[in-house]
Amino acid sequence: MQWETVIGLEIHAQLATKSKIFSAASTAFGAEPNTQACAVDLGLPGVLPVLNKEVVNMAIKFGVAIDAEIGRESVFARKNYFYPDLPKGYQISQMDLPIVGKGRLTISPAEGVSKVVGITRAHLEEDAGKSLHDQFPGQTGVDLNRAGTPLLEIVSEPDMSSAKEAVAYARKIHSLVQFIEICDGNMAQGSLRCDANVSVRPVGQQELGTRAEIKNINSFRFLERAINYEIERQIDVIEDGGTVVQETRLYDSEKNETRSMRSKEEANDYRYFPDPDLLPVRVTDEDIETIRTSLPELPEQKRLRYINELKLTDYNAELLSSSREIADYFETALCRLSDQPSLLANWILGDLTGALNKSEMGFADSPINPEQLTGLLTRISDNTISGKIAKEVFEAMWNGEGSADDIIDSKGLKQITDTGAIEQLINDVIASNPEQVEQFRAGKEKVLGFFVGQIMKQSKGKANPGQVNQLLREKLKP
Amino acid sequence: MNKNTNATIKELQTGLAQGTFSSAEITSDYLTKINLLNPDINAFISITREKALEQAKAADQLIADGKASALTGIPLAHKDIFCTDGTTTTCGSRMLENFKAPYNANVIQNFENQHAVMLGKTNMDEFAMGSSNENSFYGPVKNPWALDSVPGGSSGGSAAAVAAGLAPAATGTDTGGSIRQPAAFCGITGLKPTYGRVSRYGMIAYASSLDQGGPMAHTAEDCAILLQTMAGFDKRDSTSMDKEIPDYSASLNNDLSGLKIGLPKEYFAEGLNSDVARNIDEAISQYQKLGAEIKDISLPNSKIAIPTYYVVAMAECSSNLSRFDGVRFGHRCDDPKDLEDLYKRSRGEGFGEEVKRRIMIGAYTLSAGYYDAFYLKAQKLRRLISQDFSQAFEEVDIIAGPTTPEVAWKTGEKSADPVSMYLQDIYTISVNLAGLPGMSVPAGFADGKPVGLQLIGNYFDESRLLNAAHQFQQHTDWHQMSPEEK
Repeated sequence: MQWETVIGLEIHAQLATKSKIFSAASTAFGAEPNTQACAVDLGLPGVLPVLNKEVVNMAIKFGVAIDAEIGRESVFARKNYFYPDLPKGYQISQMDLPIVGKGRLTISPAEGVSKVVGITRAHLEEDAGKSLHDQFPGQTGVDLNRAGTPLLEIVSEPDMSSAKEAVAYARKIHSLVQFIEICDGNMAQGSLRCDANVSVRPVGQQELGTRAEIKNINSFRFLERAINYEIERQIDVIEDGGTVVQETRLYDSEKNETRSMRSKEEANDYRYFPDPDLLPVRVTDEDIETIRTSLPELPEQKRLRYINELKLTDYNAELLSSSREIADYFETALCRLSDQPSLLANWILGDLTGALNKSEMGFADSPINPEQLTGLLTRISDNTISGKIAKEVFEAMWNGEGSADDIIDSKGLKQITDTGAIEQLINDVIASNPEQVEQFRAGKEKVLGFFVGQIMKQSKGKANPGQVNQLLREKLKP
Repeated sequence: MNKNTNATIKELQTGLAQGTFSSAEITSDYLTKINLLNPDINAFISITREKALEQAKAADQLIADGKASALTGIPLAHKDIFCTDGTTTTCGSRMLENFKAPYNANVIQNFENQHAVMLGKTNMDEFAMGSSNENSFYGPVKNPWALDSVPGGSSGGSAAAVAAGLAPAATGTDTGGSIRQPAAFCGITGLKPTYGRVSRYGMIAYASSLDQGGPMAHTAEDCAILLQTMAGFDKRDSTSMDKEIPDYSASLNNDLSGLKIGLPKEYFAEGLNSDVARNIDEAISQYQKLGAEIKDISLPNSKIAIPTYYVVAMAECSSNLSRFDGVRFGHRCDDPKDLEDLYKRSRGEGFGEEVKRRIMIGAYTLSAGYYDAFYLKAQKLRRLISQDFSQAFEEVDIIAGPTTPEVAWKTGEKSADPVSMYLQDIYTISVNLAGLPGMSVPAGFADGKPVGLQLIGNYFDESRLLNAAHQFQQHTDWHQMSPEEK
């Protein structure tokens, strides 16, 4: 039987505020346990939550960026359940009236393919603390530093039909939240977490299959693997005559498998009700307009501009608009080299990305800044150096040896374009290789490559290859 | 010096200002009287003797230096629901037997800023759940007017302390009548302000959308003085209102002629004790003599107030009390075998019967499939009840009636039947559901026990209530009576 997959994602983005969503405690990562938890975060008796207005602005930013309806009146609700890392015995979240309603996001799961994924809603909530099971034998520690950290939970429609699409969507969200500066996107620190709802159904069936929710996915690679594992598992279950049960499953990245965590029957009744300690959040048209005008150009807008105005390839445009860092780098460089967007794109996505990846660095801390890179590329365009020499200069720049011009000067890498000097080189090579000359004149075209190679070697790569080719042919004419 | 521990704050202010006595002296007098009478009345859960004497000494210095503010050196008792930095705050529960908050409630801090003196923390129904003060882990409070009777609840300790002269005034909280009903039962004056007038920060929550702190004192004049300090916007409480605080004392002597007082027929219907009714009728006649215009009105949805209240309050409390889980503070059971055992036994042992009953009912009304029928319905009814009042206030300035249908009942009399006790809150509960200010003013005696007249005002119209109560007290002496003289 042919199967098709239906995937929806719930992404928790940690909002990049300095203080928590309902208290003044810091949200900084990595502090000693329980040093960043105030009386409100600890849920002490009598204390009350006070909404950090910045989180509302950030949520609206996101809503505007995905072209969503913004809730003019959104309401915080209590999600009640007991767990040691949930100090109040309830999580303050949003239920019936979220701040962000239906929106959409365009993704590119493959080169030249684009797809619109619906976003059901995005709501604000507080994070819980952490239970530490491995530090105290026989006991569980509770660290409440993270309790009260603001989260935006972004719920997609079940619009994705493969792990690839799900990853493309997650990447796009990851890039978007960083673009609009509401989340630092640091997945290793848990700033962006992803749960996947996965179900399968026979191709052509209208109704959805029973879904499993997969939790504990903390990288795009694991997202793809977890979904693919789960698709296989569900198909196996059904093909073996079983039925998929609605449940929450945990992804184990070491074993690359998902395991049942709790079934629907074991699920909590969260007894949601509006939090009487907090007033409804009211947002006006003016608030939304103010935020809309303050938004930077969004990734999708950039992508389209790169394709339509800069005439970049779809692939390059997609990559260059994939993160704020890379787009900023590209556009800063483009200001100095506005007539060569493709050359710039190729170098940024080629050599620079390669070098950065190798050193595990980001564009923001690249040893070669946009000014230096354009300095180098300018010398390619004006024929001062060849593309090949440019790679050498690039490496020297990477190692901090100065600007492209300094390096070209000090290493004497300036391209030889003087016809007389090139002719001299050609004459020498022809004179010392009579055999090859004969071969060429006998019709063996391939030997031309040998001569070019020899000349370039003699010139230490500095001879202008075009000129070498042209002059060589003339000289070799019988 | 003045040995009269039944003095009003106003009188104490005068005495302190004139040097008739020092704060240390009166504080010591109250502490002596607490030592003498508290074993019988059980109005206090903790007596902060040393702190009180220290604060009194510091206050005397300020007075001597001419740096005193209105409440400097005035001894007060605080309901043990207000968190006090460094001393225990039990909320009447075993759960918080040893709990010391690392902060002051906003109300407490406001008094400390004025250098008032704290005598101790008063007894209360556990987590403010009760109408008789029989639900305290620290034992029931006795009514100073009749030791075999209840003082009312949940602020029963505060009411009894003031009535017995153990403190000139006290703080209370009112979720469904918890200031007004014990004030009525103990023959003192109590005010529940408009919801949002007094910060709830540091006041342990029972039902967040209904809870409101307020003053309990001998006179309306003293309530005005105390409210002046308690009221105000607090950025730590999102439900507190950023609204100007009038000078409550300034309007106390306004003339009542032309004041329109509405008598809701539902508050004088079946179930009202005839002796209580007679006292209320006399009080209304007094207002007529003072020039007030009396109008009959109707609050048609009064009968649904009790079920509405109990759905809302219990739902909120079921969630508010989840934080008492034995994990971070409060009672924890011995040797829990796993997490579930820790929760079950810590909460099972830490909470009393009434608290557990309300948590269970509350959790039930919020659960899947019942939410719409209970909680959502109750919210709709709540709006109807508010509308009744809004319509009434288009016709009248204040609403008057009895605070309670009966006077204080005997200890144990209603404890076997929770519903009959819930019904005693019939006249006070609507006021909380609507968020309006309400007062109880001593208005006579029935069966030798005090009767309270309830005055209900429009939103943020505490001034008018205090004015009406003060004028009544200028022409009556019920508030001056003391159980010692009985």
